[in-house]
Amino acid sequence: MIILKAENISKQYRLGNVGTGTLSHDLNRFWHKIRGKEDPYLKVGAVNDRSSNAKHEYVWALRDINFEVKQGEVLGIIGKNGAGKSTLLKILSRVTTPSTGSIKTKGNIASLLEVGTGFHPELTGRENIFLNGAILGMTRAEIKSKLDEIVDFSGCEMYIDTPVKRYSSGMKVRLAFAVAAHLEPDILVVDEVLAVGDAEFQKKAIGKMQDISSGDGRTVLFVSHNMESIQKLCTRCVILENGKTIFQGDVDSAISKYLASNKKEDTLDFPIELKSLTILDFAILDNLNNRVKAILLGKACSFVIKILNTSHMELNLNLRFQIFNENEMLLTTLNTFHVNENKILNSKEQIELECSMDKLPITEGTYYIGIQILDLYERKVLYQNNNWDIIEVYNGDFFETGKLPSKNNLGSFLLDYKWISKHNEGINDKS
Amino acid sequence: MNTDQKDNWLYEINANRKVLDLNLREVWRYRDLLILFVKRDIITVYKQTILGPLWYFIQPLFTSVIFTLVFNNLGNISTGGLPPFLFNLTGITIWNYFTACFTGTSDTFTKNAGIFGKVYFPRVIMPLSITISNLVKFGIQLLILIAFYIYYLSIGVELSFNYTIVFFPLLVAVMAITGLGLGMITSAMTTKYRDLKVLVGFAVSLLMYISAVPYPIEVAREKLPAFAANIISFNPLSHILESFRYMVLNTGNFSWGGATYALVFGVLVFFIGLIIFNRTEKSFIDTV
Repeated sequence: MIILKAENISKQYRLGNVGTGTLSHDLNRFWHKIRGKEDPYLKVGAVNDRSSNAKHEYVWALRDINFEVKQGEVLGIIGKNGAGKSTLLKILSRVTTPSTGSIKTKGNIASLLEVGTGFHPELTGRENIFLNGAILGMTRAEIKSKLDEIVDFSGCEMYIDTPVKRYSSGMKVRLAFAVAAHLEPDILVVDEVLAVGDAEFQKKAIGKMQDISSGDGRTVLFVSHNMESIQKLCTRCVILENGKTIFQGDVDSAISKYLASNKKEDTLDFPIELKSLTILDFAILDNLNNRVKAILLGKACSFVIKILNTSHMELNLNLRFQIFNENEMLLTTLNTFHVNENKILNSKEQIELECSMDKLPITEGTYYIGIQILDLYERKVLYQNNNWDIIEVYNGDFFETGKLPSKNNLGSFLLDYKWISKHNEGINDKS
Repeated sequence: MNTDQKDNWLYEINANRKVLDLNLREVWRYRDLLILFVKRDIITVYKQTILGPLWYFIQPLFTSVIFTLVFNNLGNISTGGLPPFLFNLTGITIWNYFTACFTGTSDTFTKNAGIFGKVYFPRVIMPLSITISNLVKFGIQLLILIAFYIYYLSIGVELSFNYTIVFFPLLVAVMAITGLGLGMITSAMTTKYRDLKVLVGFAVSLLMYISAVPYPIEVAREKLPAFAANIISFNPLSHILESFRYMVLNTGNFSWGGATYALVFGVLVFFIGLIIFNRTEKSFIDTV
């Protein structure tokens, strides 16, 4: 069953200051309205690309957004800063209205835009639970019945009758999230609240989110640019870019597409012409064969290069890709030589070489890819560049267990390994 | 299951605004929030102050003393044989409730932009809660009035109620909705144009002088030029003040016409305020 339907949602904002010009625009708008005409300023407006110069006075933060959400679905909404995520959230949570279009819903929507809304520093934890709960739409009776659970979840039991102004910021956030997590709306809108709190609390929070969506079959709209939690929680994704939806579909393709769109300006200009060969192209491909600059830990990944032999000699190509970390420490080398994959390339012949890894094992971070091309006949280096390309690795579900340890506990590499246990009965049996 | 998809939706979020889309059912659903806001306001105002609610007493007492000195001793305004201090205290008590409602609600949107920008609840809950929590303050100030009333009775001043005292709750309600209505209109306007915010502070203090607070309407008619006297008698607030004194002190020239006029005005202002407020709440966050 479709529980929520967004049709042609657009939102226009005015750039610059609200000043004397506002009044004249308002009057003009009013004049159009009483004559039954359309708002004249809705016709103008630029695409929301923040880096470009503002030429128009109005800008479209969202433009013609359409999507549907089925009951029980966890829809991820991903996009870079400025893609329109927050605006969409504001509209969904009824903080503001769209300029055009409509959202229809069959259930109550509650949002966790920012936890702790309405906390009053002078009130005690308990009083704030009631106040915050009521602001989020719970009735007194509901809160009362869940009070113990909330207090327990927050882990602030000792301080529950102390004014919130005496709380540490972490405690405040935990208490606030505890209240929010016990909301029971039909549709829950969540905005990166998981970024708060310590590791232990985050685990609790993610667990709770999973319970909400899987256990109770409630619908969740989850907004984030953290691919890790998107991968973990969502069943479907929408990608926003400059106020438009550029993709809707399954999570894997969405993440791949998003990471691909994330690519920085290409630093490499192909073809690169060298003395005896030309590098025609190079690409990093993800598990779905999309060209990317960023990839998830544990996903398949491959480096593809196209080389043309421009000399009139045969080349015995030895190709190496090297992965350096941010401190320029060499982590590993992917070498054709070690695996007996050196290629003989005839004169004027073109070759495409793909070096693929089933599971990218390097942990979250930025890495430099170095390249070396050698000719083993002549025993000389044809091309070398230690700073050939950059790859961004995001945390991912390497072990396919849904457990993502934090980077600090991972080291630089992950391995596939097995635990084998043998039970010896009776040794400690003293009875 | 339902063939008519249209009727299936619980609600719709869009740009269209109906003129009178008050959604009272939703306000009722959030009644617990209203109560909690009122509680919060009352509990937190005087936390970490030494005198606490005593401040509620001090302000009207001092104002009444000053008024008595200025208007009655210096200005020789007749209070119809009543102790001028009691006359002034009566006026100030009800006037304070009006100003508290008006100024308290007039910056609803700007003051609560933070919370309004994050979560939805019927915005009207906010000004409503301010009006109700001010009722408590008004109650406390009423106690002082009663105390002085009893004091003057005990020293042999002749005082009496009027039977119209039964309308006292209605009178307070009219004062509340007038203040609330004006406050809601102002708060809606100030989201875009901050100019009004500057105005409110001194408008309220000026308004007091044309609302028959420190003098009876009758005196104004006698002593002031016609245009000024007309302004005062056209001001519905003067009639509320006059009626309140008539109820409590049995003084002044109360008229049913004036009282009805104030009532109609209050209801009108309240509904206009509510409509403007509701229109603003939908998208004020973009302009605030």
